[in-house]
Parts: sequence; C-alpha cells; structure tokens
Amino acid sequence: MEARTDNPIDISEDRSGGLIPEVERGLYDFKDEERDEDFLKAEEGLTEDIIRFISKEKHDPDWMLEFRLKSLEIYNRLEVPDWGPPIDGLNMDRIVTYVKPKTKMSASWDEVPEDIKNAFEKLGIPQAEREALAGVGAQYDSELVYHNLRKDVEAQGVVYTDMESALTGEYSEMVRSYFMKLVPPTDHKFAALHGAVWSGGSFVYAPPGAKVEIPLQSYFRLNAPGAGQFEHTLIIIDEGADVHFIEGCSAPKYNIANLHAGCVELFVGKNAHLRYSTIENWSKNMYNLNTKRAICEEGGTIEWISGSFGSHVSYLYPTSVLKGDHSHGEFTGITFAGKGQNLDTGAKMIHIGKNTSSFIDTKSVCKSGGISTYRSSVEIRKSAEGSKASVNCGSLMLDSVSRSDTIPAMDVRTDKADVGHEAKIGRISDEAVFYMMSRGISETEARAMIVSGFANPVSKELPLEYAAEMNNLIKLEMEMG
Amino acid sequence: MILDIKGLRAGTEEGEILKGLDLSMNAGETHVLMGPNGAGKSTLGNVIMGSPAYKVTEGSLEFEGESLLGVAVNERAKKGIFLSFQNPLEVPGLTLEAFLRSAIREKSGKPVKVFAFRKKMEETAALLDMDMAFAERDLNTGFSGGEKKKAEIFQLLLLEPKLAILDETDSGLDVDAVRTVSKGIRLFKENGGTLLIITHSTRILDDLDIDRTHVLVDGRIVHSGDGTLVEEINAGGYAKYLGA
Repeated sequence: MEARTDNPIDISEDRSGGLIPEVERGLYDFKDEERDEDFLKAEEGLTEDIIRFISKEKHDPDWMLEFRLKSLEIYNRLEVPDWGPPIDGLNMDRIVTYVKPKTKMSASWDEVPEDIKNAFEKLGIPQAEREALAGVGAQYDSELVYHNLRKDVEAQGVVYTDMESALTGEYSEMVRSYFMKLVPPTDHKFAALHGAVWSGGSFVYAPPGAKVEIPLQSYFRLNAPGAGQFEHTLIIIDEGADVHFIEGCSAPKYNIANLHAGCVELFVGKNAHLRYSTIENWSKNMYNLNTKRAICEEGGTIEWISGSFGSHVSYLYPTSVLKGDHSHGEFTGITFAGKGQNLDTGAKMIHIGKNTSSFIDTKSVCKSGGISTYRSSVEIRKSAEGSKASVNCGSLMLDSVSRSDTIPAMDVRTDKADVGHEAKIGRISDEAVFYMMSRGISETEARAMIVSGFANPVSKELPLEYAAEMNNLIKLEMEMG
Repeated sequence: MILDIKGLRAGTEEGEILKGLDLSMNAGETHVLMGPNGAGKSTLGNVIMGSPAYKVTEGSLEFEGESLLGVAVNERAKKGIFLSFQNPLEVPGLTLEAFLRSAIREKSGKPVKVFAFRKKMEETAALLDMDMAFAERDLNTGFSGGEKKKAEIFQLLLLEPKLAILDETDSGLDVDAVRTVSKGIRLFKENGGTLLIITHSTRILDDLDIDRTHVLVDGRIVHSGDGTLVEEINAGGYAKYLGA
C-alpha cells in the first residue's frame, strides 16, 4: 500500500541504544602512518626484474624463482576476464606488489613493533588470543609478523606457520608438491599474477588423525597505499584429521586502487574434515580477485563459511572438487553490496567421485545502488553416480536502486544424480518494520535486525566473536548512505 | 483519560475508513470494540499504533493528554501503547528472546540484564503455561496461528505497556490458545493495564470484567454500552445498528 501515514516514517536515526552499541566506524577505517624508510618497496609496475627482486628478498629456493618467472610469462599472455564486473579501474603498472615491514617474525607479542601492534590492537588480535584460540598468525601487509601456536595443538604434530618459513623449513618438499597444483597459474590471469608475486600467507599441515578442537586463526589486512596483497594459504589435512581454520580480513580505506589477488588451496584427505571460515571486510576501493579451491579425497568433508563485505569489485567463487567417493562439500555464505560496490560471488561444486554430496546456501544483501550477482556452478560428472547437490540462494534488496542477479549453472552428466535449486529475491516489508516498531524498536534498528536475521545462517556457523564482528559490519553497512 | 479520540478521520488512498470516530478510555478500564466486517475495527487499532498504511486526515488522537499525531510508531510504543497483531510478522534468524530484549532495552534506555530477563521470561511462560522453547525460536517463524497469538500475549506481559489493543477479529483459535490469551488478558488487567479488545469471539471475554462495549459501523461508533452489550450483540447481531 502506498498510503502515507500521520507519522512520516523518516524517523531520525537513533544510534544511542543500538543493537550493538559499541560500533565505531573508525575501527574499520583506521590506518597507521607508515614511514617510508621503514618499508622496502618494489618499484611500481611488473617486470622480470621485480620478480627477481621479490624472490631474492624472500630467499626463495631456486624452484620458486623459476615458478614465479614462469607465472609472469603466463600472466603476460593471458587476457583480463571479460565476463564479470568491470575492472578497468585497475592499473597493474601502478600497483606496488610488495611491501614488507622491517620486522622479523616475532615469537612474543612484546617484540612486535608499536605501530604494528596498535593496528592489531584495534583489530582485536591479542584479545582473541587471550580467549584461547589455537594459534595466531596475523599478516601485516605482506609478511607475517606475529605467530604463535598453542602447545596442545603443536603436540598433536599440527604445523601452522607462515608460507615463507614453510617454503624453506622441514615441510619444504610438501609445499613444493602441493603449491599451486590445485589452482595452477594457467587458471586465469590473476592466478598467474599470484604465482609471480605471491607473498605471505599461512601454511597448515594436520597429520593423520589430528583433531584440533579450537579454530586456528589468521588475520589479514592491507596497510600501504597502492599495495597489492597476494598471500597464499596452503592447508593440508591428512587422513582422518579435523581442523577449523578462520581467516578474518579488514583493510583501511585508500584512494589508490588496491588489488587483492590471494590464493587458497585446501587439500582434504581421506575421511578428513576441514572447515574454512572467512570474514572479509575490504576497503571500498579494493579489487578483490581471490581464488579459493578445495579438493576432497574419499569420505572427506570441506565446509566453507564466508562473509564478504567491502571491496569495490569482487570476483569470488570458492570451489570444491569432490574427487573421492562419498566426499562432501558445503558452502554457506553472505555478500553485502553497498554504494559503489559490484560483488560477483558464489560457489562451485565439482562432483567426480561416486555418492558425493554438496550443499550451497548463499545470501546476498544489496543497498544504495550496490550490485550483487550470485554466480554458482554445480558440475556432476559422468563418474559421479549417486551424487546429490542442493543449491539455495536468497537475496534481499533494501531499496529499488540496488540490483541483485542470480546466475546458477548446473551441468549434470549422469542420470543417477539428484539436484535441486531454489532462488528467492525479496525486500523488507513495510509491515514487518511496522510490527517491530510497534514493540519500541526504531526503524533503522528494525531493518538492521531483519538483515542480521537474514544473515543468521552464516553467523550462527561462526565462533561468537566473529559472529559479533559480522553483525557489527552489517550494522555499519546499514547505517552508511 | 488515557486515550481520547475525537472526530477521527483516516483511510488509505483507496478511501476513507474511519469517518469521524470518537472514543475515550480511562486508565485501567477494559473496553470491547465490536462491529461487522469492514467497519474499520482493525484500522482503528492500526491508526492508534501509527501504521504507515493509513493516513489521518482530521480529528484528534491523544494518549495521556498528548497528541500522537506525527509521533513515530516506536515512540508510541515507548509511551506505553501495544498492538497485538492479527497476523504477527515472521522474522527468520531473529529469536523471540533477542527481539524482546532489544525492545525492552529501547524502551528502558538501559541494557537488559540477561539472567534477570531470562528469569522473568521463565516466570511469564509458566504463568501462561507456555513452553520456554518458544523464546529460542525465530520470531513467529513457522509458528501456527495459535502459537503466534500466544507469542503476542507473551510479549504483552513482558513489555508491560499501559494500553494494550488486542486485535482478535479473526480468532479461529484453538482451545489452548484461547486459554492462554484469556489468562494473559486477566494478568495484564490485574496489573492495572488498560485494554481495548477488538473481537467477534466471546470466548476470550468469558469471566472478564468489561467496562464499556462499543459498536463500530462504517467508521463510526454508533452505540456504546456496558459489558452486557456483548451478550446482546451475540444474540441479535448488528442488524439493529446497521443503517443507523
């Protein structure tokens, strides 16, 4: 009904007694003043010299230098993808690909330099650690500067370290045999770029039967103008092991176009279980072109939990390759596209083994002209007899200037499979807002509560402090114009 | 007077529904509003609460001596007005408990003490013979008609408004829900609450001490009387008031 009321609904925003009263926008927009002399920057632009410089700086083994150079060659050959949101605002010649704080890995919090510590304080890392999380590997620009793993987790033989250490340490052969095997540099232009300039990231290895009850966590952020971040996450879960890995990302705001082209490779062994959770909150000028992929052996399970916030443009489609019989993939995610954002996200499931199963449940919210495109693909190969796949996507449009699209693809090559798809696009009903307001809740609050409720399938899968952070982010997005 | 309505005209773009309505209530009183379908009973409840679906064009609407016109819905709630909905809205992902906690915090302006609030919820649920599992379910989501009604009464008792408008026109409630609603109404009344009950059903009015009964026909109150009027209308219908 279009009828007006005796009380116009444009209630002045009441922020005093909010759902989460401690929200401070500043928390997510802060940046520390970096003194240039503290940082070694690669020259802007991408040449073979730069690749050699990066490789030398990182004390790469020879094979890695070769890998980087080969990737650069592929990068130069491949075209920028033309099927998604425009990325012409991106000028690779201007991206500083490598920024490294002059800090060695620190064993204790006390040794971390003050300005870096301040940034982490604001992101809540030490608190999180005090709350007995299993390990902290926090990334400051390109290098890990702080890393700690709980003794009980270590005792089970679980390895959690930065990629650089993994590359040269005890597990170097393992890294070599798995690195970019699941996401080869030939996959797409930005995978090639990643192969050439990757820096930082985490390495996890869980030996057979290891059960890590508390999540391993890592926090990434970008802090230098024009700096790209190309962290590599490599997780190998051996037979029967069980791990939950959480990655939180946030970045301060900058005017120069920023690029994030990370890569995540997850190897889930026979009857192993991995839950990989991410909350990403990129600054609104970020091009987030991230590639995430998992492969499951027989009876293995991969569970993705994903909250995508921020960025100017995102291409993000975590892929699960269900190779082994009876392997299982699940993806639960939410995307929030606000003003000036074009987020193209979704998930892919590739069924190869017999009796494999997959489940996709995605939510997207768009407001203030934001564009959210849900793109998924479910592929059931001829070999995957007896497989089941279910796709469920819901969109919530908060106004009429925003846009939400759904592009689900299904490629089923066997009759002996069971696939289902459901898509819903909705708006917040005036009647629901009236109902909630009739109990004393302000309009802004009512809308935020409805959106948080919509996001609940994702937040309920996250540990409490991450769920709270996600609700904070939703509330901030709702309050912004 | 807690509620004072004079010459109230309101409607939608499709037309006027309330056509010069007068109604006044004293604090602590229980009034029953009856009338044929389409007379404007539910509209009145919605207009008092401030529904954006209706526009007031004329007349006055005062609560405790202050005009409600132009006052936001949530501010009306904070002043102590409560409207139980015929069809309470579903909000997936938001538990009834979390919803109520937010509502109480908004009203009191203070954070709600989780433990004390839980205890109060348990007591209220016990009074209404309700299962506490209710509070942990998503607000009205997947609730049956009867469960929604019970949840509304549960909210009424926890939010402790001064004036409760209960829209029960489309009752069709099961025995269990009728019992809960009746019990809730009695408890609310015992605590000094003012009630405006919009209904066809007399079951929820059984054993209830009614101060005034009003007959609403075509947007106006055409007749008022005491509690016995309810029986009278049930026996004779609205025929004698139509075309009045």
